[in-house]
Amino acid sequence: MIEHRRWHWVALTGVLLLLCIIAVGVGAIAIPPRAVLDAIGGYGDPTIVSIVRYLRMPRVLLAVFVGAGLGMSGGALQGTLRNGLAEPYLLGVSGGAAVGAVIAFTAHLTSNSVIALAAFAGAAGAVVLALLVARAAGAVGRSDPRTLLMAGVVIGAFANAVIMIALANAPANTVRGALWWMMGSVADSSWSGVGSLAGYVAIGGGMLIYWAREIDILSLGDEPAAALGVNVDSATRRIYLLAALLAGATVAAAGLIGFVGLIVPHIVRAGGIRKHRQLVLGSAIIGATLVVAADLIARTIRPPGELPLGAVTAILGVPFFLGQLRRTR
Amino acid sequence: MIRFEDVVVRYPGTTVPALAGVSFDAVAGKITAVAGPNGSGKSTLIRALIRRQPIERGSIYIDGDDLNSLSTQETAKRIAVTPQREEPAFPMTVDEYVALGRFPRLGLWRSPDAADHNAVVAAMQKAGVAMFASRRTDTLSGGEWQRVRIARALAQEARAIVLDEPTTFLDLAHEMSLFELLHSLAEDGMAVLLISHQLNLVARFADTIVLLHHGNVVATGAPADVMQASLLERVYEWPLVISRDPAVGAPSLVPLRRSTTP
Repeated sequence: MIEHRRWHWVALTGVLLLLCIIAVGVGAIAIPPRAVLDAIGGYGDPTIVSIVRYLRMPRVLLAVFVGAGLGMSGGALQGTLRNGLAEPYLLGVSGGAAVGAVIAFTAHLTSNSVIALAAFAGAAGAVVLALLVARAAGAVGRSDPRTLLMAGVVIGAFANAVIMIALANAPANTVRGALWWMMGSVADSSWSGVGSLAGYVAIGGGMLIYWAREIDILSLGDEPAAALGVNVDSATRRIYLLAALLAGATVAAAGLIGFVGLIVPHIVRAGGIRKHRQLVLGSAIIGATLVVAADLIARTIRPPGELPLGAVTAILGVPFFLGQLRRTR
Repeated sequence: MIRFEDVVVRYPGTTVPALAGVSFDAVAGKITAVAGPNGSGKSTLIRALIRRQPIERGSIYIDGDDLNSLSTQETAKRIAVTPQREEPAFPMTVDEYVALGRFPRLGLWRSPDAADHNAVVAAMQKAGVAMFASRRTDTLSGGEWQRVRIARALAQEARAIVLDEPTTFLDLAHEMSLFELLHSLAEDGMAVLLISHQLNLVARFADTIVLLHHGNVVATGAPADVMQASLLERVYEWPLVISRDPAVGAPSLVPLRRSTTP
């Protein structure tokens, strides 16, 4: 019932914007914030303008949308599946996407757009398969959250087996390419990639926000949700599918960036937000902030080399998660 | 208000139906209690009512309308159900929880207005949870939690309330105060449908008892008519006697030791 303090939202968005401007400015050529803003507007040194506009901005914005998509997906899934450990990658999305990407790599189709397409197809396939497995395993027409989770885990394990088989006899280059892809990165970003992911995040995230009140009710359990007038089976499937495809789109754009979908909703909840409309929105902002920050660390800590982005998000996430676990005890 | 008419429910993979043609009415202004041994089909009634279990034959009517002709949202406006299992996956405050009862009236997008706010406050007062409105649900005792769930149901402002075993985990005082709350709801004109194992309390407070056995209604009527020793012995397969409750004169069941019967 309590209206959430508006200035929190303004502050969070402000922090994200500020971080983005800093992230665009930091790199082999340091650009002060003022010059970043000028360059975005097209003023100043043409070299700086093109660095900002064509190299760093797409990278930072890709990180924004990857983080936002993973955060929203995790927030919606945890509520719907009534499980704080639920996250998009646990549901076979990552495994399916990786299978798609690895198949593309082993077939020497290494263009970014082909890999993205293959990864998305793999993710979508895994999600649909998980729904079918859950349907077959559960009672007729029932989408029990636990069955869905288990189906996702099983499909993830199966996907891992496929990846290992595909890579076992692959040439070193293919293995390396596939491995790097699996570690996640926003380095190879382009405006078209940013644009299509932004579209997915806006549509998928918008739909999750549209149905967010149903997630509030689903988080009470299937019988209370049914008693409150939610069509439990179709609502669960709808949100599962939306959230998983949203995560699939982020994986297609940037590979596997673990832990974001898991921890971000917990961070938002620790801020006292419990209604899923705010939770999903807050997870988008915090998720974006986390991935932009992680990417900034990944590329500045040991220049000119880069750390895998997925490793940095996990390293940032684990201490927070442990602290959160202690607090809820 | 709520009418079960020849309702048959069969769980997949079983031959014996869980409900084998159950008919009874829960009318406005009265407490109707469904009793019966474990596995007699009591909770299946609720699952059929909230459409978690398809009905094979027969119909459920709400205010004269077939349940199948009503949307889930419309059903939730008319009847408020508190199932046996209910626990938020992530803790929230009591007032937030009770406010979820407004969902059938708010839908996905309407913002709560003064009427919604008042309904939540009134429900919390009626159920006696207003004094801990800002406590978190994971800090509540069993008795407090049961009352919070009832407050959530009352916030729906439905004309019927259905409760599955609401006195589980409650001590004597909480149990009594819950039955008194249900009594006052019936007096206000609500139809109260209750599933309970507490035959003696049911005999005191209910207007009608529906006794289920193996998915069949074996008796329906006033407590004095249903609380017959021979009938209950047969249904519960345990020796017992019926005496008079010394305080109010209601029939009262006393189970015996099996070894003490001849």
